[in-house]
Amino acid sequence: MTGREFYNGNTACAEGALAAGCRFFAGYPITPSTEIAERMALRLPKVGGTFIQMEDELGSMAAVIGASWAGARSMTATSGPGFSLMQENIGYAVMTETPCVVVNVQRGGPSTGQPTMAAQGDMLQSRYGSHGDYSIIALSPSSVQEMYELTVRAFNLADRFRTPVFLMADETIGHMREKISIPESVEIIPRCELENGSEPCVPDENGIPGFATFGCGHNVHITGLTHNEKGYPATDSAELHEALVRRQVDKIEKHRKEIEDVDIVNPDAKIVFISYGAPTRTVRQLNYEEENIFGHLNIRSVWPFPSDALSAFPEAEVFIIPEMNLGQIAKEVRQYTNIPIVTVAKLGGALHTADELRHAVSAAKDAVKSGKPVTEVRL
Amino acid sequence: MRHEIRFSGLGGQGIITAAVILGRAAALYTDSFVVQTQSYGPEARGGASASAVIISDEPIYYPKVMNPKLYVIMSEAAFQKYGRDAPSDAVMLIDPGYVRSRPSCRCIEVPATSAAKEQLGKPVFANVIMLGGLLEAADIISYEALEHAVLDSVPKGTEEKNKTALSIGREIVRRQL
Repeated sequence: MTGREFYNGNTACAEGALAAGCRFFAGYPITPSTEIAERMALRLPKVGGTFIQMEDELGSMAAVIGASWAGARSMTATSGPGFSLMQENIGYAVMTETPCVVVNVQRGGPSTGQPTMAAQGDMLQSRYGSHGDYSIIALSPSSVQEMYELTVRAFNLADRFRTPVFLMADETIGHMREKISIPESVEIIPRCELENGSEPCVPDENGIPGFATFGCGHNVHITGLTHNEKGYPATDSAELHEALVRRQVDKIEKHRKEIEDVDIVNPDAKIVFISYGAPTRTVRQLNYEEENIFGHLNIRSVWPFPSDALSAFPEAEVFIIPEMNLGQIAKEVRQYTNIPIVTVAKLGGALHTADELRHAVSAAKDAVKSGKPVTEVRL
Repeated sequence: MRHEIRFSGLGGQGIITAAVILGRAAALYTDSFVVQTQSYGPEARGGASASAVIISDEPIYYPKVMNPKLYVIMSEAAFQKYGRDAPSDAVMLIDPGYVRSRPSCRCIEVPATSAAKEQLGKPVFANVIMLGGLLEAADIISYEALEHAVLDSVPKGTEEKNKTALSIGREIVRRQL
């Protein structure tokens, strides 16, 4: 598909995946992500790909990992309840360094919560949801165009760093329709194949080992257990375990700058909004109505958290952080700054309005005067 | 210029399809910015159905309608939920076969369902009749753009009937202007 289209975010996500070369989708339908599976079911067979509706999300994630080892760019799409079920195998993908893309079109939780309403409640789950120490990459779109572009980028980052990459969308962006422009082709950064005769778990200078695609004669053993350079289990060596976990964390953390994807608006502003996903649109609306007086850090790469971008606002006296959760990324921001923070949590499914953010600005002015480190604005 | 249009009625009346066709027309056949949203829910099949379209010559940030001035209302329940509090300077198209109440704003009665049944043989064309009427009542986009979008959205073999549906809607509204 190329040219102008009028798509919802979920359809744009599926088309982005196909353009990026995704040829395997395994999933279990769940509102509000189902249109991604529907589109992939329709389109994958026509491009020589495979679509499987699995028995549940545990099986979906396992199939996506298997397809990746067979050489395919593979993905699944889900929402909160399914994302919870995927966590065990996400950890397996982390430990086995399996490139894959998991889309979470977020809805209200906990549990089955609000199936048809938007939320951003899974942001910390995307960072810490599986057990053990690891780092992860997660992207957050705020438009239909970005659903397309960030899906493409998610595949490239997954292959580049040999890691699961999450596209943390929400119901608002997944279901709204906008005009999008689909390019003739997209940039594809292929995964680095393992050289014949090399050990499968010896990293290159970036900390990333070559990928031993199944069926290519590598005779490789893949395990979620702590493993040595040949890939065999070696669970009783403290040194080996620490080196393995640290390398897997470092391969992402040392490339924060390369992964970082943010918009910095009005870097000289004193009052600065920080947002990602759907609330970004309300911040832009407010700035449009108020003649562009506020600073705005829009984050497309939420994990690893782009902490350096905070210093792009040297005059900032307060950060206002609207989220469709109880302040999950605000907690992250606090780790990197002593500037007062105003959280604007909104639950229930409705996006913040410009008036609600205006109300937060007056709370922010009070916070600047009092120096109170955290102010919670309740709408 | 920014237009905010609210569509609402019963599941099955083609409310969301109508909104998508209007959005598609503006997105693909004009230079406008467009956002279309809809309420999802278990009730969206058979119960209340609602959708909204924003068409603007400037980028659209906040994606939900804030102050709609154009309404297409096709059920009494939809009127009670979305139409009753329409501002006095709004324009509302209603299907009088389904909506008993009348708003305080300007109201244009478009008996779309009965016209679809009588003139085209099936009630399914009611939503396209409403779209034809909407464009006659408000200068949102060109008629040609809408016709393009109708023709590439409807099932093959129904093109002529849908074109007729558009002109039926235009004619019903034109007679009342």
